[in-house]
Amino acid sequence: MIMPMLGEAWLAMNANRLRTFLTMLGMLIGVAAVILMLAIGQGAQSQVEASISSMGSNLFIILSGSTTSGGVRTGSGASSTLTMADAQAVGDLPEVAAVAPMVPGSAQLVYGVNNWSTSIIGTTPDLLQVRSWPLSSGFAFSETDVRSATRVALLGETVVRNLFGSEDPVGKTIRIRQSPYVVLGVLAAKGQSLDGRDQDDTVLIPITTAQRKLFGSQFQGSIRFMLVQAESVDAMSHLEKNINELLRQRHHLQENVDNDFTVRNMTSLANAAAQTAQTMSLMLGAIASISLLVGGIGIMNIMLVSVTERTREIGIRMAIGARERDILLQFLLEAVVISVSGCMLGVLLGVGGAVLVNVLAQTPVVITMRSVVMAFVVAAGIGIFFGFYPANKAARMKPIDALRYQ
Amino acid sequence: MTDIIRIEHLDKQYETAAGPVFALADVNVVITPGEFVAIMGPSGSGKSTFMNILGCLDSQTRGEYYLNGIDVRSLDKDELAHLRNHVIGFVFQGFNLLQRANLLDNIALPLVYAGVEKAEREQRAREMLAKVGLEKYALSRPNQISGGQQQRVAIARALVNRPRLIFADEPTGNLDTHTSHDIMELFVKLNTEEKITVVLITHESDIARCAQRLVRFVDGRVVYDGKVTGDMP
Repeated sequence: MIMPMLGEAWLAMNANRLRTFLTMLGMLIGVAAVILMLAIGQGAQSQVEASISSMGSNLFIILSGSTTSGGVRTGSGASSTLTMADAQAVGDLPEVAAVAPMVPGSAQLVYGVNNWSTSIIGTTPDLLQVRSWPLSSGFAFSETDVRSATRVALLGETVVRNLFGSEDPVGKTIRIRQSPYVVLGVLAAKGQSLDGRDQDDTVLIPITTAQRKLFGSQFQGSIRFMLVQAESVDAMSHLEKNINELLRQRHHLQENVDNDFTVRNMTSLANAAAQTAQTMSLMLGAIASISLLVGGIGIMNIMLVSVTERTREIGIRMAIGARERDILLQFLLEAVVISVSGCMLGVLLGVGGAVLVNVLAQTPVVITMRSVVMAFVVAAGIGIFFGFYPANKAARMKPIDALRYQ
Repeated sequence: MTDIIRIEHLDKQYETAAGPVFALADVNVVITPGEFVAIMGPSGSGKSTFMNILGCLDSQTRGEYYLNGIDVRSLDKDELAHLRNHVIGFVFQGFNLLQRANLLDNIALPLVYAGVEKAEREQRAREMLAKVGLEKYALSRPNQISGGQQQRVAIARALVNRPRLIFADEPTGNLDTHTSHDIMELFVKLNTEEKITVVLITHESDIARCAQRLVRFVDGRVVYDGKVTGDMP
């Protein structure tokens, strides 16, 4: 029954080519818009997600706090209230996967005739785990290097490019503030952080080297902040409480005294960013869906006209034995054929447009099979939904009334 | 012989602004298989309404219509469609062919609704087209052939599902005299050679002379039912 009906639908569509094309165009634009918008939205989302995962997962950042001296309060991290011993103690808490104490600073690097100013972070090997930051070549410094404060360094990609060009830096010696440091390894590229900083423009050295030799800290063993990685997302909320209690106790803070440190949950920050991206993507999709809906209404409109125009034909068909469901199927099939073929062209246009946006605007786009399939199913659904009323109207006509229609 | 059509006390009433109007009033007609019946009457006499009810396209207000012994009023829409498809063949004054489709597809259309396979549809449509002598126009469209040829195609379409009854509503009304006689020859041949019951509306008495029996309507009533005689108006 379907095959001859498809032929009939084709004949009817072919008889009114311009009208069929214009109706199809409504669906085509709708589907293309949905696919393009979803591709752009998901592209943005995947970009945000990539920067989030480059930050490391399940992270807390603990900043040493402000102090008040003579009524003047300093900002977060201004005074060094956190120590290596604090980091050790936090690391011993249950459900903590790793802790990386950090002492940041900046300095001029020299290699041969090149020099480059960059941020230098004194830390422990655990940082590589906490921030899930692998090496692209060489190897990391060890706990031993930390204990004996050796002059060794891990370089970020940007630093390597500026100091060494295409030369292999591993095993070479660079100078940081006149002192020689041996390059042990190169960090894998991470790209931009969420706030747009170049994460690869950095050098890691053992924290003890930074404290004692490079920056010459005022208080031996003090740190500016530490990154704490929880074993799981679920553990984060009560771990935050435990860290607060532990540090208050260690710092001998009275009940009524403010914390001299700040614990910040990086995951909630990341989630907020991800959520924003997702909302954006959803909103783009929703706006595009409206054009799909308008396309559907266009189909309904044309099908209603078509049914009225072909009332006599419907009468003839009924007179020679068409049942209600035959007529219903015929017009429904026509609507679906229009919407599905419009949709197919729309998929092509949408995918093509997404590729064009990617190339011309340098915006990342992600076309998922899911969004294509979804657009397809929705288009077919719209064809059926908006085709049903006109088709039903046609099928319900009385044969004699349809035949007499002029 | 049992009758194929039995009409008893049939009324058809239309509601108009001026009150009810009777298109048919107390019509009683019995037709036996193999008969060739001509229906005549002035315009507005109810003959077309009668034909539409016979063809299960319209329904009566009161009275009984037994087709093949079955009370038509007891059938639902699908069963009526089945009757129109398998038992009845309809031929219209205006041919009523689908302009978009070629002649073969036009003729095969009832077979589509009967659920016949494509190969058989095409074969039977070709046979019918040959029967009405138009095989060389198989892929032409209705507007590419003459009115008489179109009516032959319409007859082929009416015959393709092997009906027992042919109802023709002024089949020669749009044709010239010569073509009309060709078409009538075809009806006579179907009636005599294939024993198909033919009921035909006409307002030309020489067309009616092809029939064996004449039913004349005036103002929705049967005023004459009997042999076709030579001295008709």
